[in-house]
Amino acid sequence: MSGTVRVRGLHLTRGSRTILAGVDLRADEGEVVALMGLSGSGKTTILRVLAGLEPADAGAIEVPKAGMVFQFHFLFEHLTALDNVCLAPVHVQRLARSQAETRARALLNELGVGHREHALPRELSGGEAQRVAIARALAVDPPLLLLDEPTASLDPARRNDLGDALRRLAASGRTLLLTSHDDDFVHDVATRVVILANGRVVEEGAPQQVLAHPQHEETRRLLQVERQRR
Amino acid sequence: MRVPVYWRARVRCVLVLLVVVIVAAPIGAQSPLRWGGDAEGGAPFVEADPNDPSRMVGFDVEIAELVATRLGRPARFVQVAFSALDQSARRGDFDIGLSGIEDIPARRASLAASVPYYAFREVITVREADRSRYFTLADLRGRRVATLGGTMAYDILLQAEREHGIVAVSYDDDVHPYEDLVLGRVDAVLLDHVIADRAQRRTAGLVTHPDAVATGHYIIVTAPENTALRDQVDAILREAMADGSLEAIFRTWGLWNDDQPRLYARVLAAATDSAAVATPEGQAASPWPARVPMSAALPRYLPSLLRAALITLILSCAAMALAVALGVGIATGRVYGGPLLGGALTAYVEVMRGTPVLLQLFVIYYGVADVIRLPAFAAALLGLGLNYAAYESEIYRSALEAVPRGQLDAAHILGFTRWQTLRLVRAPQAFRLALAPMTNDFVALLKDSSLVSVLTVVELTKQTQIFATNVGSWLVPGLLCAALYLAMSLPLSHLARRLEQRWKVATT
Repeated sequence: MSGTVRVRGLHLTRGSRTILAGVDLRADEGEVVALMGLSGSGKTTILRVLAGLEPADAGAIEVPKAGMVFQFHFLFEHLTALDNVCLAPVHVQRLARSQAETRARALLNELGVGHREHALPRELSGGEAQRVAIARALAVDPPLLLLDEPTASLDPARRNDLGDALRRLAASGRTLLLTSHDDDFVHDVATRVVILANGRVVEEGAPQQVLAHPQHEETRRLLQVERQRR
Repeated sequence: MRVPVYWRARVRCVLVLLVVVIVAAPIGAQSPLRWGGDAEGGAPFVEADPNDPSRMVGFDVEIAELVATRLGRPARFVQVAFSALDQSARRGDFDIGLSGIEDIPARRASLAASVPYYAFREVITVREADRSRYFTLADLRGRRVATLGGTMAYDILLQAEREHGIVAVSYDDDVHPYEDLVLGRVDAVLLDHVIADRAQRRTAGLVTHPDAVATGHYIIVTAPENTALRDQVDAILREAMADGSLEAIFRTWGLWNDDQPRLYARVLAAATDSAAVATPEGQAASPWPARVPMSAALPRYLPSLLRAALITLILSCAAMALAVALGVGIATGRVYGGPLLGGALTAYVEVMRGTPVLLQLFVIYYGVADVIRLPAFAAALLGLGLNYAAYESEIYRSALEAVPRGQLDAAHILGFTRWQTLRLVRAPQAFRLALAPMTNDFVALLKDSSLVSVLTVVELTKQTQIFATNVGSWLVPGLLCAALYLAMSLPLSHLARRLEQRWKVATT
């Protein structure tokens, strides 16, 4: 399974608005790539295009099968945590129910929510729901995992747990691509950070480098805005 | 006896709905004599003049005018649904009522009734082809025999059901029984010869046997306390019998026959006592019972009310099942289908929601009868089902659209097909959302099912009306009817509330 992502010259317009104006992006197996940028910079749209939810107007995309974790999780509200994770293995991969459940339990345990397998989504906390959503995305074993604002609803302790979990996933050979507003989290977890502004990549590199010594004016503005917010 | 057409629905369980039509009446010194009758399908009793629909014509119109003239008062017509004439008279909505009103003991007991002014025969009409097959009710074992509900003829048919095994079918008007006879939905019609003659002239292929199954009389009614007016009416009728004015009227309408001079002779001989001629010799065998006391009527009608409630329940359940199945199809088509299919389905929904279900029932039962001849119950089921399918589809459509888009995106990324996403993710959640409004709709359907009595289905409301007509009061039958409807709908309403509450918890 190759988790390599290659994107060149990605363009996307909606009506008269240009969302993406020629984005180049790459991510390799074992990497945790963080997309940062102000609201409206096109971060989430890139994830949606890579997940196959939105067609691009132009550009070359080479992307493996992806799993996605949404900012608001979007768990299936009528199913328990366990059934949320089992649904695709049973109905898409045609695994036997018992086999799917064994794997689902292993995933939930690995993510620290094994004890919540019988809970319905509405009974889960934000952090629990997110980890169930990650387990659901991982259940079909995608080489690439996309996470949209994974830290948005987490307290600092949970954020560190999530960081550990994501590093383990990358270490197991997956490619991780996430969006975030949280430069501390990106600093701790990402192997590379990509700064977006007005639908373009303005700067990229190791987070220690980019976040500590931003070269581009847009990066400085972004960090200023994010630090003021906290 | 005779006629109300599609009005039964309006006078339903409750009291009386009055539509007052004021016919141009000359302004006199005297207050006008308000006379009540039903002009709907009312020929030759009372009907709107085809040449000038603002004018009423008919022999009852001429008799009312004769009475008014001799009282020195102008006549003013008041439109009252046939089935509501008795209650209207009691309420005093009009001074005198005449519209083929039958002389029956129950009526005589609850209203002030005049001497009879016309003798009619209950006669059997059949299709030309059955001319030599069916002569009497006994010949019609196992066959459907139609008549107007709430009349002597209907009571005769109910008795024949017990004695001869016929199937009595009650209509709300006196025109459709003959139409359904031609169509083959019924095999005979029992009604007054006045109506049968008219039907035979109107419709080809019918034969009426001249022998009377029973005889009866038409009378004029007033409010029970208004015996003074009744006595005046009696005097005027006797005078008109003696001086030939009544004969002239009936001759004009081609209704004069040998029965009338005999009736007049009896009426005139009885001089002052109007009740004395009410039941002349030779017809004491009329099946119409004396006014039934409630204590005796209740045990007799309760089983039929329960049976009718069962029919209401079965019809409602079956119609709801049809509505749910169609509604799911329509909603799915509108959400997933292309613009052409979506447009067609939207048009269907708008037409079904935008027109009265009563109209739809008539079109399905009578309107398309030349193409497809549905039995009454099937037409009722189809009519209610098709109508409610439009409402159900709107519930399902909005429920499908209420499932967050993000979940559908998640399913797409996980590799589900559109059909799998609908089946595994969208539909199960939409169903939970739809359950409570669906239950509410079912309660509404339960009550709307009373409309199908216009298609001769005797369901709970219709049976209650029959009960009420026979005992001459709506109070006890109405309360019983209400109790039975509530017994069916309250558990459902309760269920709907519980489901709603559960969902409320679920979304917080």
